[in-house]
Amino acid sequence: MSGSSRRKRRFSVALVFGFWLALPMIVLAQSPRPPGNLKGNDAPGDVGQKVLLTWTLSPDDLLGTTPPKVIGYRLFRKEADSDTFKKLDDEPTYQRSSYTDNRCQAGIAYHYRVVAVAPDGSESEPAETVESVVPDMEFFDSRHGWYGVILLLVCGTVMYFIELARSGRELKVRKIAGLEAFEEAVGRATEMGRPCLFVPGILDINDIQTIAGLTILSHVARLTAEYDAKIVVPTCRSLVMTTARETVESSYLGAGRPDAYNEDDIYYLTDEQFGYVAGVTGSMVREKPAACFYMGAFFAESLLLAETGHSIGAIQVAGTAMPSQLPFFVAACDYTLIGEEFFAASAYLSGESHQLGSLKGQDAGKVIGVFLLGLGCVLATVAAVTGNPTLAMAVDFLKGNVLGAEGFLP
Amino acid sequence: MRRTIPLLISSITGFLLIVAFFIPYTESWGNEVMNWFDIVAAFAFVLGAGSLLKMHLRKVSDRRAGWGYSAVTVLAFLMMLGMGLGKVGVPPSEKFPNHPFSGHYLHEGGAFWWIFQYLFLPLSATMFAMLAFYIASAAFRAFRAKNTEAIILLITAFIVLLGRTYAGEVLTDWLPESLAFLRLERLTEDTIMNVFNLAGNRAIMIGIGLGIVSTSLKVLLGVDRSYLGSE
Repeated sequence: MSGSSRRKRRFSVALVFGFWLALPMIVLAQSPRPPGNLKGNDAPGDVGQKVLLTWTLSPDDLLGTTPPKVIGYRLFRKEADSDTFKKLDDEPTYQRSSYTDNRCQAGIAYHYRVVAVAPDGSESEPAETVESVVPDMEFFDSRHGWYGVILLLVCGTVMYFIELARSGRELKVRKIAGLEAFEEAVGRATEMGRPCLFVPGILDINDIQTIAGLTILSHVARLTAEYDAKIVVPTCRSLVMTTARETVESSYLGAGRPDAYNEDDIYYLTDEQFGYVAGVTGSMVREKPAACFYMGAFFAESLLLAETGHSIGAIQVAGTAMPSQLPFFVAACDYTLIGEEFFAASAYLSGESHQLGSLKGQDAGKVIGVFLLGLGCVLATVAAVTGNPTLAMAVDFLKGNVLGAEGFLP
Repeated sequence: MRRTIPLLISSITGFLLIVAFFIPYTESWGNEVMNWFDIVAAFAFVLGAGSLLKMHLRKVSDRRAGWGYSAVTVLAFLMMLGMGLGKVGVPPSEKFPNHPFSGHYLHEGGAFWWIFQYLFLPLSATMFAMLAFYIASAAFRAFRAKNTEAIILLITAFIVLLGRTYAGEVLTDWLPESLAFLRLERLTEDTIMNVFNLAGNRAIMIGIGLGIVSTSLKVLLGVDRSYLGSE
C-alpha cells in the first residue's frame, strides 16, 4: 500500500471515528420538534383581559426521556396590525399544553406563537394561531348562571317563609337538644356561683360563623343577665371583642340589668391560635367556669378547649360549621350543634316567628338539594346500565353546568 | 342610629358583593372591601392591645389569683413591642444602608426574630403537640362500647386506625385478590372513607351551605340584628 493511500485510509478512519464521537453532541444540540395546533379562545366570564391558549405537545416532549428533549414552552404574542412578536413573561413547563394570557385588552385582536424549548435553550420551529383572538368584555358571568338561579330560589323561599311567618302563620320547628340545654347550663353556673365561658371561635368578624356565634352570644348573655350569672368572653380578634361588647351590653340592657354588665369580662387575648388556646385554657383551669360555650369557627384548638372544659367538670355546648372539628366536639362536649343547627340557633332561641320562617326557607333549600341529588343518582345509574348517550349527556349537563361552572347551556 | 348605620353599611356592601360575583367588571370590588376591612381591623387592634394591658395591669395591681402570669404577659407584650418597633439587632437594609431603621423587623438574627424563632414557635409547637394526648383521652371516652351505636363506632374506628397504618397492610396482605376489598387499607379508604364518611360529610356540607345563605340573608335584610348591639 502506498503512503498516500495509507494517509487517505487513516483520514477516513479518523473521520468516521470523529463522526461517532460528535454524534451525541449533534443529537443533543438538535432543536426539538415543534408543538402544533395552537388555538386561542376568549376566556368566558371576564372583563376581556384573558385569552385561553391550548396546543398539542411537541412529539419530543415525552415523560421519562433522559436527558429530556423539551423542558418547556415559550409563548409569543403580537397585535394583529403589528409585525413583531413579543415574548410573554411566563414559560409553561414540559407536558403543559395550555396557558392563560391574562394581560390582554378587550377588543384588540391578538396572534400567538408557541415554541418548544430544549435544555440548552434552543427553540423549535414555531406553531402559530390560524385566526386572531379578540377578548370580549362580558357583562354577566354565564359560568355562574345556574348558581345564581339556585341562589335566587333558596333566597326567595327564605324570604317567602319569613313573610309568611310575619303574616301570623304558625310554623313548627323541631326541638334541638343542644339549644334546649343553654338554660340548663346557665342555671347550673348560677347555682354553683361560677362564671359561664363563651368562646366565639378564632376567626375575625368577616367570617359568617363568627357572626352566627355572636348572635348566639346575645341570647346566652341575656340568660346570664336574667340569672345574675357572670359571662366571660375571651376573644382572638380585636374587632370581635368590640362587637361582642356591644352585643353583651345590649343583652344586659334588654334584660333590664345594665348595672350587671362588666365590659372587662369581654377581653382580647391574642391573634395567635395556640397563644389564645393557652390563655383560655389557663383561665379555665384557674376560674373553673361551670358552663362553656364554643360557638364559631375552630381549628386544631377545638379539642384542647373541649377536653380542658371536660377536665374541670363544666357542662359544654359547642357549635361550629367546620366539619373536621365536629367529631372532636361530639366526643368531648355534652351537646354539639352540627352545621345547620349552629346557624339555626339564633332564630330558634329568639322564638320570633319571622326568624323561624328563615328555618323553613332552609328546608326548602334542602328539598332542592335532595331533588338534584336524587335526579343525578337516577340519571347516572340508568345511563350506566343502558349506555344511553342522551342520558349520559344529561348527567354531564347536571354535573358540568347546573352544579359546575361550564355555563348555562351545554 | 347606632344600629341603623352599621346595618345599612353591611346590607349595601353585602348585596354589592353578591352582585359582583356575577358581573366580571366588578370582580375587584371584593379585594377593595377586604383592604378597607384590614384598615378598620388595624384600628381595632389598638383597642385590643389596650384591653389586654388594662386587664392584666389591673390584675397585677390588685394581686388577684394568677397575677404572676399577668405580669409575665405584660412584660412579654412590652418587650416584643419594643423590639419590633425599635428593630433591635436589625441591620439597615441593603437598599438604604445609611438609614438605621430601614431593615425588616423580622430580619434573621434580630432580637424579634430570635424570640419568635426560639421562644414563640417552640411554645406554639408544644401546645399543638399536646393535642395527641387530648385525642387519646377523648377517644377513650368516645369509643366506650355502651350501646349498639357506640359498638359500631368502636369497630369502625378500629378498622380506620389499623387501615391508616402499616399494621393494616401487614395483617390482611394474605387475602386473595378476589377478597382484596376486605384488606384493611382498602376497607378504610374505599368503603368507610369514600362512601359512608363522604356521604355524611356532604350532607353536613349541604346543611352548612344552606345555613350560611339563610344567616347571611337575615343579616343583610336586618331580620336578625342581635349582633349589632343596642340603639
